[in-house]
Amino acid sequence: KIEPLKVTVDFLKVPLGLKKPPLKEALAALPGKPKSHILERRKSRRSDAMDNESQYSGYSYKSGHSRSSRKHRDRRERHRSKSRDGTRGDKSVTIQAPGEPLLDNESTRGDERDDNWGETTTVVTGTSEHSISHDDLTRIAKDMEDSAHLDCSRHLGVALGAALALLAFLTPLAFLLLPQLLWREELEPCGTPCEGLFISVAFKLLILLLGSWALFFRRPKAFFPRVFVFRALLMVLVFLLVVSYWLFYGVRILDSRDRNYRGVVQFAVSLVDALLFVHYLAVVLLELRQLQPQFTLKAVRSADGASRFYNVGHLSIQRAAVWILENYYHDFPVYNPALLNLPKSVLSKKMSGFKVYSLGEAENSTNNSTGQSRAVIAAAARRRDNSHNEFYYEEAEHERRVRKRRARLVVAVEEAFTHIKRLQEEEQKNPREVMDPREAAQAIFASMARAMQKYLRTTKQQPYHTMESILQHLEFCITHDMTPKAFLERYLTAGPTIQYHKDRWLAKQWTLVSEEPVTNGLKDGVVFVLKRQDFSLVVSTKKIPFFKLSEEFVDPKSHKFIMRLQSETSV
Amino acid sequence: YLISLSFQQRIEIHKLREGENLILGFSIGGGIDQDPTQNPFSEDKTDKGIYVTRVTAGGPAEVAGLQVGDKIMQVNGWDMTMVTHDQARKRLTKRNEEVVRLLVTRQSLQKAVQQSMMS
Repeated sequence: KIEPLKVTVDFLKVPLGLKKPPLKEALAALPGKPKSHILERRKSRRSDAMDNESQYSGYSYKSGHSRSSRKHRDRRERHRSKSRDGTRGDKSVTIQAPGEPLLDNESTRGDERDDNWGETTTVVTGTSEHSISHDDLTRIAKDMEDSAHLDCSRHLGVALGAALALLAFLTPLAFLLLPQLLWREELEPCGTPCEGLFISVAFKLLILLLGSWALFFRRPKAFFPRVFVFRALLMVLVFLLVVSYWLFYGVRILDSRDRNYRGVVQFAVSLVDALLFVHYLAVVLLELRQLQPQFTLKAVRSADGASRFYNVGHLSIQRAAVWILENYYHDFPVYNPALLNLPKSVLSKKMSGFKVYSLGEAENSTNNSTGQSRAVIAAAARRRDNSHNEFYYEEAEHERRVRKRRARLVVAVEEAFTHIKRLQEEEQKNPREVMDPREAAQAIFASMARAMQKYLRTTKQQPYHTMESILQHLEFCITHDMTPKAFLERYLTAGPTIQYHKDRWLAKQWTLVSEEPVTNGLKDGVVFVLKRQDFSLVVSTKKIPFFKLSEEFVDPKSHKFIMRLQSETSV
Repeated sequence: YLISLSFQQRIEIHKLREGENLILGFSIGGGIDQDPTQNPFSEDKTDKGIYVTRVTAGGPAEVAGLQVGDKIMQVNGWDMTMVTHDQARKRLTKRNEEVVRLLVTRQSLQKAVQQSMMS
């Protein structure tokens, strides 16, 4: 027998409350902590835990180098420990996006939230005592992945890159200084040409330093699952260059104690030139190549079908994935699971016909039962025919309700905004009457609170806007002299994810699923999926068509017109 | 299916002298330099022929039996299906002719024949 889990819920914790507290109480009880939905709380708890483990690397281009070897080992272990199906050829790797500070207000508040959370909570999960829900499974998987963390490998990569850069930078200086230190007396004096070369070395090194700072010293926007091919290539190139220069230096100059100092200086200058050219190559490979658009990516959200098209240049799959994610956060409307399901009245009729239990029947009677169940299903299918009708009327009714509530909200807000105005410099007012933006916001919030609450509940947006956040937004709008319409813009349309609280971002939970290795470049027809726990983004690639433009010259004097005639003549 | 018959009628109009001019008592529209889509009388809107647009009551044309909507095919042997509006006017209003013999096509004729054939 299946028994659903049921516990009673304490709905006081739902934002803006289903109860309607009197206005004074609402004003007085301005909560310091945001209240969020049950599911979201679980997720935020998880993200708080992960915050403590995120790390930055100051050198973006060195992050991927030794991760690959480490990653292979770790993935093999993880494959053994979890039953993940790699047999299909899918390579599933994790993209971790940093950017959140280690400890922010939310994480401490999260702990408080857990303490205050009532003992009684209703969660109708529909699962039995003997099974774990999908949520639990994925949570366990995530925890296991996070525990096998790759911080050491990332640090190793950064350290390696930094060491290489330092070596490359100091080598020319070493080339110049070593003869002076070791066999100063034997060196031929070299006058003006050497000084010119010294100056050029100094400035070229400075330019190299600035260029490297501009190109490489950036906070990484994402941690890539695999080594970044171009960066690895450049590091290898620099390494080979420096090593070969040292080799020649050691053999030709140190061993033989060359007296011609000018030759040594020119040798050093040529190394600096070569390094500058490598830097130019880095600019072209890392920055310029991807700028010219070559492919159009279509990103579709699996939960509700929201889609966008993006133009990108030549990128590897992992870089394209990060690009898509960056644009996802400001283009796609926020994912609202409450809006996905059909209204209950429609669904319940559909579901009613399918419960066919066969309780402990012997095998010889299976034919009868299948025949019976088929008949039941057919009957249910016929009965389903009217549900579209209900859906239509339900939708029309809902739309009407939303519009009515919206009208009330707009009027309430407009009226509320007429109650305050900015204090002009010349006016002299009693200091007791002068308010700062926060107080002004609190003063006018009361009159619009109820209409706002009702509207948010009708459009199922109430988990996304807590009273505190609305007050803050109101304060913001008042400070910047915004009109009521500007204040309402945020609530009347579902905005992009990045507009909402960080807890909604869940930026660390994306997984890249791809049939091809993720360092491969994009090609026409490549499909990859960016998975999150509750939905996924399916991205497909299409090549931008080749345009053949032909020219047609139109003489400006050739534009001539005549009237359309329809004359009638009497004879 | 419809049987398409083109019944043509010959109409002889005797011009009436009014002071200096000889008038026939009707107005024409159409021509190869005109816009055929504006013609209310033609069945095929690409037809650029000459059509009778008005018939003055009691005039020589009405007396001779010309009706509104007739398409003029010939005037005194001259073809009128591929002429400009002005050429048509000139052929109808020659000063030295007192009688003009028109060959006209009428849609109503076609319909009457079809109806009688079907019944």
